[in-house]
Amino acid sequence: MIIVAGKGGVGKTTVSAALARMAARAGLQALIVEIEGKSGIGNAFGRTTPLDYHEAVVADGVRARTLTPDDALVEYLEAHGMRRISKRLLSSGAIDVVATAAPGIKDILVLGKVKQLERDQVADLIVVDAPAAGHAVTFLASAHGLLDAVQMGPIRSQAQDVIDLLTDSSRCQVLLVTLPEETPVNEVVETAFQLEDRVGVSLSAVAVNGIYSHIDGLDVDPETAAADAGVFLRPHEAESLRNAAAFRGHRQGLQADQAERLAKALPLPQLPLPFLFSSEVGPAQIDVLADALAAGIEAL
Amino acid sequence: MSLASLTADRAIVVCCGSGGVGKTTTAAALAVEGARRGRRACVVTIDPAKRLADALGLDSLTNTAGRIDVDPSWPGELWALMLDTKSTFDALVSRYAGEPEQAARILDNRMYRNIAGALSGTQEYMAMEKLFELHDEGRFDLIVIDTPPTRNALDFLDAPRRLTRFLDNRWFRIVVMPTRAYLKAVSVATQAFLRTVSRVVGNQVVSDAVAFFQAFEGMEEGFRNRAQAVLELLSDDNTAFVLVAAPRRDAIEEAAFFADRLRESNIDVEALVVNRVHPRFEVERSGARERARTLHGTPLEPLYENLADFSEIAEREEANFADLTGRLDGASVTRVPFLADDIHDLDGLVTVAGYLMS
Repeated sequence: MIIVAGKGGVGKTTVSAALARMAARAGLQALIVEIEGKSGIGNAFGRTTPLDYHEAVVADGVRARTLTPDDALVEYLEAHGMRRISKRLLSSGAIDVVATAAPGIKDILVLGKVKQLERDQVADLIVVDAPAAGHAVTFLASAHGLLDAVQMGPIRSQAQDVIDLLTDSSRCQVLLVTLPEETPVNEVVETAFQLEDRVGVSLSAVAVNGIYSHIDGLDVDPETAAADAGVFLRPHEAESLRNAAAFRGHRQGLQADQAERLAKALPLPQLPLPFLFSSEVGPAQIDVLADALAAGIEAL
Repeated sequence: MSLASLTADRAIVVCCGSGGVGKTTTAAALAVEGARRGRRACVVTIDPAKRLADALGLDSLTNTAGRIDVDPSWPGELWALMLDTKSTFDALVSRYAGEPEQAARILDNRMYRNIAGALSGTQEYMAMEKLFELHDEGRFDLIVIDTPPTRNALDFLDAPRRLTRFLDNRWFRIVVMPTRAYLKAVSVATQAFLRTVSRVVGNQVVSDAVAFFQAFEGMEEGFRNRAQAVLELLSDDNTAFVLVAAPRRDAIEEAAFFADRLRESNIDVEALVVNRVHPRFEVERSGARERARTLHGTPLEPLYENLADFSEIAEREEANFADLTGRLDGASVTRVPFLADDIHDLDGLVTVAGYLMS
């Protein structure tokens, strides 16, 4: 099981999709579990209908489903012979009261279900698209918090099972995602340390998303290049080409600086993923990113 | 409405949008502009990146506004405050508690501490509470507030209602008032229900909850009225909502979701700020990708490939937000280019303010 974690807007969902696709192309059956009803995974694979609690095949070798606390609660109570109370708990709002009295209870229900999927070996690889950064730490730390709050009963043993899963690096690891920019780098470093300290989960690598790929030959002046090619440039064209080349070069320099800063602050392998200039994320782009992930892992 | 007139005329500017789109920076830059226009401006932030927080003198959670030293030629004042959810909530409890003992009982309750820290929407609610408080004090004539960076950021619109609904929870109201004879029968069923809940989550959790509801007895009215007043302030003509977005498709979709939710609450977005827009290098659309192909093998090929990359991203971004502006009738649109470095000082904020006003 791999939990994909990072702050909002860094491409966590895209990376989850690419990771599952990479596993599928290596012959594994992958399942993506989307926590809280975000619609990203479905979009990435070009689905027009949102995912739900039932698994759907989204690509060759890749299934996906959502996992919300309410669904997990109903399933949990039904499995424990409390079908009738589950409806009342939800409809009366009592679940909100209970969830507030023991924060993390909703998280533990979700994680408990994830743990069950892992136990049942429903797939060769389970990819969990976790909530955004700060929330990811709270989410994954919920089991530890509950051990303090809930002294006994089934929730307590559930929490213990979840901790066993999260702290066993042969069963579960975290893949962090960030962008090669100042604030996202600072935040991923902070998240990484918190995940290790507060959750005890093992960190595998950092996917660095949105890297401007290198193009050879951008340092040539357009006028010289045109003369060499025997081509006449229209007015403004040389300037456009020059400015665009300078911009890419400048941004690449900044990105390299941030990747280096990240490497110093966080001793984890980095998996660079290219910025997609030409089109929005869809099945074809997921495959491009899956290739990049595979190449990054190969290069380690 | 242009951002220039919003910062010059309005009393409150609320910046909303999803995480990672530069919302805090935008809010701070708007307050800077206010101060430059002679207003006593205060920016209220939730979770600023560390270096920006340092620049604004927000090195600790004081929950009170601190004045920032600015260029003495600016006719106005610049203040900043970082929200501390818990102490804002504590102050609210103390305000509505019947007597100090009731406040103390609530503040000590484990369940209350969980609510103040974790109930979904509490942070959003307290941001608006703080806004109300600052506005009420009348020390500032422009307050710019940054909303929390979550999809639930608009929970502030119904967080007050959610809290009162929570306090009105039927099961617990009944437990709190078991003496009324006509409720006896219900009460037996309720007790059975709570016993089952206890079996699952443990006794402690249920007894904390019951103690909490008992302690809160009688305060609902005050909370409800205050919540109403906050909502009225947000819908006031003197309050403007600014939507902040990035031009990526998912960020634009989030922004559209925010705009729809605001409209459901009869709030118009008056300005849209799109941050991190890629520059456009081509003067006219010249088909750089085809040029690269025809020039294959020449030193011009990579230069055209690169130009084509930027033309394509610029075009996609333009299409993405054209779609959004079509849905925000009448809102002004301001584009802020992708800035090479993060903003972490006053000079940087002045630069951003320059883009916002252009």
